This record gives sequence, C-alpha cells and structure tokens, in this order.
Amino acid sequence: MKKNIFLALVCAFISLSAAAQVGAPYIHDPSTIVECDGKYYTFGTGGGGLMSADGWVWEGGAVRPGGGAAPDAIKIGDRYLVGYSTTGGGLGGGHAGKIVTMWNKTLDPESPDFAYTDPIEVANSVVDEDCDAIDIGLLMDDNGRLFCTYGTYFGNIRMVELDPKTGARLAGNQPVDVAIDCEASIMIYRDGWYYLLGTHGTCCDGVNSTYNIVAGRSRNPYGPFIDNVGRDMLAGGGKMVVAADERQFGAGHFGRYIVEPGVEKMSFHWEGDLDRSGRSVLAIRPIIWRDGWPEAGEIVKDGNYKILSRRRGYALELTVDFVRAQGGRGMFGRGADVPVESLPGQSIVDVIRTWPEGEIPVRANDYMARPHQQWTIQAVPSAGGYLGGPYYKILIQGTNRALAAAEGGEVTTVPAFTGADEQLWRIEQLTDGTYRIMPKAIPGCDEQLCLYSVGDSTPTLAKFDFNNDNAKWDLKMR
Amino acid sequence: MKNTISSFCVVMALMLLIPGFSGRAQVYADSSTDLEKYMVPATTPNAVPNPQGFLGRWLLLEPISKPNRSNTVFTDSYIREVFGVQYFPGQLSSTLPKEGSKVKVTVEYQPPVDLSGGRPMGFNMAAPQYEQKQVQLQWRAFDSKRFNVKLFRFATNLTEDRYGVIFWACTVVNCEEDIPNVRLAVGSNSASMWWVNGEEAVVLSGDRRMVMDDCTSKRLTLHKGRNVIWGAVINGPGMSDFCARFIDEAGNPVRNITLTTK
Repeated sequence: MKKNIFLALVCAFISLSAAAQVGAPYIHDPSTIVECDGKYYTFGTGGGGLMSADGWVWEGGAVRPGGGAAPDAIKIGDRYLVGYSTTGGGLGGGHAGKIVTMWNKTLDPESPDFAYTDPIEVANSVVDEDCDAIDIGLLMDDNGRLFCTYGTYFGNIRMVELDPKTGARLAGNQPVDVAIDCEASIMIYRDGWYYLLGTHGTCCDGVNSTYNIVAGRSRNPYGPFIDNVGRDMLAGGGKMVVAADERQFGAGHFGRYIVEPGVEKMSFHWEGDLDRSGRSVLAIRPIIWRDGWPEAGEIVKDGNYKILSRRRGYALELTVDFVRAQGGRGMFGRGADVPVESLPGQSIVDVIRTWPEGEIPVRANDYMARPHQQWTIQAVPSAGGYLGGPYYKILIQGTNRALAAAEGGEVTTVPAFTGADEQLWRIEQLTDGTYRIMPKAIPGCDEQLCLYSVGDSTPTLAKFDFNNDNAKWDLKMR
Repeated sequence: MKNTISSFCVVMALMLLIPGFSGRAQVYADSSTDLEKYMVPATTPNAVPNPQGFLGRWLLLEPISKPNRSNTVFTDSYIREVFGVQYFPGQLSSTLPKEGSKVKVTVEYQPPVDLSGGRPMGFNMAAPQYEQKQVQLQWRAFDSKRFNVKLFRFATNLTEDRYGVIFWACTVVNCEEDIPNVRLAVGSNSASMWWVNGEEAVVLSGDRRMVMDDCTSKRLTLHKGRNVIWGAVINGPGMSDFCARFIDEAGNPVRNITLTTK
C-alpha cells in the first residue's frame, strides 16, 4: 500500500511538472516575459518578480522598485521599458490611478548597469471618472509605434501612445476608450491586425477566480476592436483565448513572447493552482493562431502517442521487420451468418524478440498501430527545460528504448534511456497547432536542429523552418 | 473584330483563374506500351539529370526471375538476404559492366505470365516450388524519357518476365568537384536497396509504391570524378519502377553532375 502511495505521489509530481512551470513560480499579475542576457524575467504586483535561466524553472529575484500593481515590460532597442501603476485599482474605494514608466539598461540585478530611471507618469485617472488607471499593457507595432493600454472593470479600457525614445506620452496624445468590462489589457500586432486582449471574470479569489482572457481585433490601433461574431469590445465583446484548466483557475494578464516565426508563447497567471495550495502562479502556454485568432495551445502531457509527419502523415517507427498480424485474410465473401469476434491487436510481446538489441534506426511509414510505431512521451523533471516546457524522453511504449540524436545530424534509438542530453527532447506546439521536436544536444554538432522529414520515409535532423511541413509533426494521444 | 479579340482575352484570363488550369498543354492518355515511350538506348557519351535532378541514364540488367506471390514479404531482413546474393561477377563493383555484355545467372524459373484471359494471372499459385535454371541476361544502357525508370516496360518489351523479378541498375555520377552534404533520394516499386561508392545508402522495404523522395540516404559526399551508384529493385505482382536523384540540404536537386555508364 505504501508502495502504491509512493508511486501515486511520483506520478502526481511528474504530471505536475509537465503541466506548469516548476521551481517557485509564485506571482500575481505577471508582466510580459522579457529575455535579457540569456535569462527570462517577469514582474508582478507589489514589486519584484521572477527570473529563470531556462524559461521552465522559475525563482524569485527579479527587481522592480515602486510597488504598486500589475506591471508590464518591453525591450526597445538595447533598453528595457518597465511600466506599472502606482495605485491598486480601487481596492481602497477610490479610482484615482497613475501609470508610470521607467527604463533600465538591463534586468539583471547583479549587473553593474542595473539602474532604473526615475518613473514618469504617462496616464492617470481621477477619483470618480469611468476609468481606473492600472494594469498597463505595452505594444510596439511593426511600424515602431508604442502603445499603452490600461484600465479595469470600473469603466473603460483606454489607450494612449508613447514616445518609444523616452517612454513618455506623445505630446498632444489623448486617451481613447477601446473596451469595457475587462482589465489586464494589452495589445499585440500580427499580419496587419491589432489585437486587444483583456481579462474578463473575477479576480483575486484563488481557485474560485473566474478570470479568463478574451480578444478582439482591429486594423486600427485605436479600434474598434471587434470579436469573432462582430461585437465591439466597447460592448463587452471578446473571443476566448484561455480560460480555466482542470487544476488551475483564473487565467489573467496576457503577455506574448515570440521565440521565432511559428513559435510563440503566452504568459499569464493562474489565480489559483490546486497543485500548489491554490496559490497564484506563472503560466506559459504555446499560442496557436486559428483562423486569425489567438488561443492557448497545450504543453505536451505524459502519455502514449503516435508521432506523425506533417509531410506525408507517416508515423515515426523503428526500422525493424514488419511482423504480420493475424486476422482478416481470406475473409472476403463470407456471409453475415459467420460469427464475428474481436481480435487482439499486435502487442509488443509478439514482436520484440524480432528486434535487434543495440541501436535501431528510425524511419517513417504508414501507421498500422504496431508496437514499433507506438511511443511514450514523458517529461524528465530533473532535466530542466526551455521557455514554457520541460525536456521529454521519447520511448517505445512498454520499453526503455529511447529516441536519440546521433552523430552527423541523424536520429536513432538507443536500447535504454540514460538521461543523456541527446536523448532529451524539446517538444513545442507551433502556432498552427503542429509540433516541433528538437533534441537538447546533438553529438558532434553545435547547431539547433529539429526532427525533420527529409524524405517521406526518412527522418533526420535539420534546421527548423515554420513554412516547411518537413519540420513539423502531429502528436496524437493514443 | 475588336470585340472578338476582347472576348477571347477575357475567356483566356478567366480560364487561368480556374483551379487546376495552369495553361500547360493537355496531355492525353496513351495506351501504347512500347519501350521507346519510356526509355531509349543511350547513344551519347554522357547525360545530365532532368530539370528536377532525376538520374535518367542507367545500365539495366534484364530481370532476374525471383518469384514472389505477394510483396508483403519484402521485410528489411528479406531484401537484405535476397540482395546479398552474388548473382553475377562484378556486382556492386566500382567498374560497371560493359553495355551489351551478358551474364549467366541461376534463377528460379517461372513460366511466362498468361495474359490471354485479359487479366494477368500472375504466378502459378499452386506451385510455390520453383525449378532452378541458368539463364543468360544482358546489360543494356538506356536514357529514361521520364523522371522515373519504368522497369516493368523494360521487362515486358525485352524479356518474358514481368512479375516476380529482381532488377539491377547502375550508373556513374561524374562531378567536377566534391559535393558534400547531399542525399540520394529514391522512390521505388516495390522494395529496393541502393549503394553509393560501395556503401549501402538507402533501403526501401515493404510493399512500396514509387513516390519521389520517399526514402533518402544520410548526408554523403559526391566526390570529384566518378561516383558509382548501384540499385536493386524487387517486385512480386504489380508495376516495377524507380526514381532517384540527389538533393542538397535544402531539398533542392543536385544538377551540376553528368551521368555515364562506363
């Protein structure tokens, strides 16, 4: 019984590690994640924030002075602009608010260059107007214009334009109302569209928070921002981007991080995480763009999968002899009066004795639900990760045989998983919902390469190109 | 007249907008099976790959009878075993057989396929035991007129065998300089194995249909000068053909090569 409980706890830890950031990712109202000198940073309400060397294991240590609420951060040129609200969003009864920005040359508090400039006010609200100036969101669009949204449920979300050189409000710029009934707003820009994302629902109630993130879009940065069914966000419209998960609740404070074309992440917080005492934690998910709308993708969950190439739809498999399964042959023309029976599928005990014991190469082939095509993907908690995901091992189901990067930029399987870097895989959902599968390291190669279909039936490792189906895979849980 | 020309232009413009209408001349189905529709004897000193890089010049050995009633037997182990047999002197050699030369090969004899019923009857299903027989087979040099090499028509036009056969093919790829990081990309019907400069490069097992760039070798270097390519294709019932080309790291065809059969 004790053993069972121990196993259950181990399994719970594994699933926990694959579902959310690890370390001490405790934060509320996180700013958009920013990279500085190889580390990732996010700031939260009340001052300070989190930092991570790999984007998966997060700890405290980021420094933001000024207290207040709900910061945001953006890199402009070689400097970082950090904004926050000096007030708390009407919690004390009033709605007078003030949004400020400040610069820093680095976000690394250990750097000799680490020094914030004096904060300057860029927007405010007075005691009883239809706005509460908190929750800054920053966007620099492809034209170099810097926008700032702010506001809460109390009235309107507003937009002002800032000077990207100074971080101050552009001279003569007047606030524009762009949405109602939300908070934690931010704009993002893609393919000529400005997307306004806001957080609806109830804040600050732990696992009972109904916070959820919605979006509308416009060709004009000042709106109107219209949702997928034609509603203006000034009328409460918004299409869901991310809502509660099974164990985490209250998704709020969206931030977008573009890793590279086709690889995007969203950061936000869960107001309450059942796996962490209901505390507020940092969350990172892939962004999927579906029909021009952003939505949250998934961190790969531990389980049994078929791995299918986007090039042809062939399944990744061991290069072993095809072993015929029993059943079906010679049944043509039998009448309906012949009794039918359910036949077992081929299992690994039927075939494993026919496999070589050493390295076995891989190839791709028609999926036939055969043991040499069935993979188990499991996070490796001790191996760290990358922005928003852990490293995984990819095993032939029911065995310890592991997919591994090989010399010469090729791919193979080794008889037993040892935890070596070439056996660890970074698996990320791409913006079209497919997956990129990259080894942590490749023997004799310093390049970052991904699992790639160089032929319909031949996988290799090659440079990732989002516009090339050879570099993409579908994972289908079995 | 002006109106007629305008209408014609409008119609042509609209046709170009129709999906699938590319403006390419319509090619009608041709039922002939003459060899010259597929390949012609190589008569020039060398050849170049086609615009897509496919290798068209090959020295082909008339098919070796190897009866198989189904292609499902073509596992990796099976084809390694079958292609590992020494059928003729100089097999996989860096020196190619001489065009027109003949080799004596011991084969499993199968009667010619009976086509009189309209539908090929394949093999004698009731007689899995085949008599061993020594036959004389000839090497012939051809330039394929297509991206693929239609082995089936090579067989039906020049020999009595068509199903249950092994084809051997070889060619020389000549390079003016080393071309590193290329791959031999092959499609074949059915299973096949390929060697580059004596090294096993590509294996296509199973009951395969020919698909361009189906399987590729690992990255390899085509060396300055001669590079010898050998291939063996096995088929039971059904069509036999292959296509082969070299592709670079970006998947683009390698075309700065010439092909000879000497």
